Amino acid sequence: MSEKQKLVEVKNLKQYFKVGKGQVVKAVDDVTFDIYKGETLGLVGESGCGKSTTGRTIIGLYEATDGEVLFNGLSVHRKKSAKEAKELKRKMQMIFQDPYASLNPRMTVADIIAEGIDIHGLASSREERMNRVYELLETVGLNREHANRYPHEFSGGQRQRIGIARALAVEPEFIIADEPISALDVSIQAQVVNLMKKLQREKGLTYLFIAHDLSMVKYISDRIGVMYFGKMVELADAEELYRNPIHPYTKSLLSAIPHPDPETERTRKRIIYDPSQHNYKEGEDVRMREITPGHFVYCSEAEYEKYKAMYS
Amino acid sequence: MMEKVLEVKDLHISFDVYGGEVQAVRGVSFDLYKGETLAIVGESGSGKSVTSKALMRLLPMPPARIKQGQILLEGRDLTKLSEKEMQRVRGAEISMIFQDPMTALNPTMTIGKQITEVLLKHQQMSKEEAKERAIELLDLVGIKEPALRFKQYPHQLSGGMRQRVVIAIALACNPKVLIADEPTTALDVTIQAQILELIKDIQKKTGTSIIFITHDLGVVANVADRVAVMYAGKIVEKGTVDEIFYNPKHPYTWGLLASMPSLEHGDEELYSIPGTPPDLLNPPKGDAFAPRNAYALKIDYEMEPPMFQVSDTHYAATWLLHPNAPKVEPPKVVRERMKKFVTLTNNKGGNKQ
Repeated sequence: MSEKQKLVEVKNLKQYFKVGKGQVVKAVDDVTFDIYKGETLGLVGESGCGKSTTGRTIIGLYEATDGEVLFNGLSVHRKKSAKEAKELKRKMQMIFQDPYASLNPRMTVADIIAEGIDIHGLASSREERMNRVYELLETVGLNREHANRYPHEFSGGQRQRIGIARALAVEPEFIIADEPISALDVSIQAQVVNLMKKLQREKGLTYLFIAHDLSMVKYISDRIGVMYFGKMVELADAEELYRNPIHPYTKSLLSAIPHPDPETERTRKRIIYDPSQHNYKEGEDVRMREITPGHFVYCSEAEYEKYKAMYS
Repeated sequence: MMEKVLEVKDLHISFDVYGGEVQAVRGVSFDLYKGETLAIVGESGSGKSVTSKALMRLLPMPPARIKQGQILLEGRDLTKLSEKEMQRVRGAEISMIFQDPMTALNPTMTIGKQITEVLLKHQQMSKEEAKERAIELLDLVGIKEPALRFKQYPHQLSGGMRQRVVIAIALACNPKVLIADEPTTALDVTIQAQILELIKDIQKKTGTSIIFITHDLGVVANVADRVAVMYAGKIVEKGTVDEIFYNPKHPYTWGLLASMPSLEHGDEELYSIPGTPPDLLNPPKGDAFAPRNAYALKIDYEMEPPMFQVSDTHYAATWLLHPNAPKVEPPKVVRERMKKFVTLTNNKGGNKQ
């Protein structure tokens, strides 16, 4: 990955929701990052921090309030020709959290998987369509007999595989996986993560992996972004982020994860994050700054100097 | 020897459903000592929640049925009590923290009412005394301005705060046994850490025994003194937390431990247990784990393994522990854990805990 090519560029993305009485929730507040071709970018944070909203806005499920998302240089939210819009939707796919709610219970597995194939006209005959479905089922570790069954006949892990097959059906380049394993059992989580890694190797896929399980995120991601209250507060290589977390929120988040290791658990000290510790002044220029190469932290000028002195 | 608070002996629970009999719990036995935390780990469908609900007698009967076995709370068999007698036990001597604080609380009742309800029912308190005690409890579970919160409704509290209220209700009558059924699964990691600290802190103060049900091994390592691993309605391995994490003997425990990436995990593929748990409508012959077990022996498909004793505190149900069984190599991650066990026991001179 020497020549890194940007596949997705998120620039100053804002997503505000009006909640009545003139109040506005800033779910995503001025977030900027890039996703390179072939990598997995992990997005972590607590519930309500805006990580899912970011994912949904990138794929165009929400209109952005401000800012833009470029996919291969093409804006997701700006007006496009019908053909361009359709092509864009084919190239970006999503895997959802809840394998129970994201599959239509009244459709057979074959129809669920082939829906995208039909819409985009990717199969010229009925036979080709079914062959494609069989192939996809086998790719995700199910078998062809499953094609005529309904979602309720499957376990959670199997349903998530169907969701992955559906996303793969239209040969996308980029997949947004929004908490794809949170609803699954531990032994099944590893199966799905291994499958996603294998598919990435074979098909050169790019992932945005949204989750709150930090150990799994670290395992699957090349780089990780940490979000807090609609802002991205830190972005770095996965290894680097865990080894040298800089932002106090990241430190607190990492210190809160229980490890499956009783020895370390007995001595683990939790760091508590207090947002008021930054003491930002009114109008102070707080933004993402690069502390060490590739390691960005949301900080003020003064903090930047401090971090820089401490970490480089 | 520590005092036993609860003894579960050979518990069998089945659900009579349209297709036949689902054998959700198939012979579970364990003891709970005073002041300890026993974690029950397992996947969904392993019977851990059914076991815990049976202890509270919260299973709808029918379709559920306790086929055999005893649940002895300080020597009294809970399975033999009438519903009326059970009502005096439930919430007073044995109580429960539920997974989802959003649904465990009544949205139309104030926090205060929901706590005092328990006190008025079980402890002959006047309304004023109950209110005083409720505010004390809210304070104990770390809720600031308890007098104000007393008058509020659940929707006015965050998820973590609501779980604290649920804990306050469970603790209201100083129960001997507290069952926590996935109490932090619905919460964020930082809130989870707070709630776990709270539960441990309260245990220190009150000396309650806790049964902690979870599928998160990180949480188990944090809270448990002893661990029981369940699979397909049975306990397949039990031991102290160190024995389970650093010297596991059952291939299923190996699989669970190896399938979680540690933070030091490299790029190699995660170990995963193939397949899915068995259908307990027709439990397989022999060891239920055999079809998913890379280490399965021929006998596993024929006969269920008994509990083999590893140490005074450590038991596992796998034929691999039989003297005639072949020697096998556990997965790499587990072998590394076992190395730690050797140093651990040497440091402590073989003295556990």
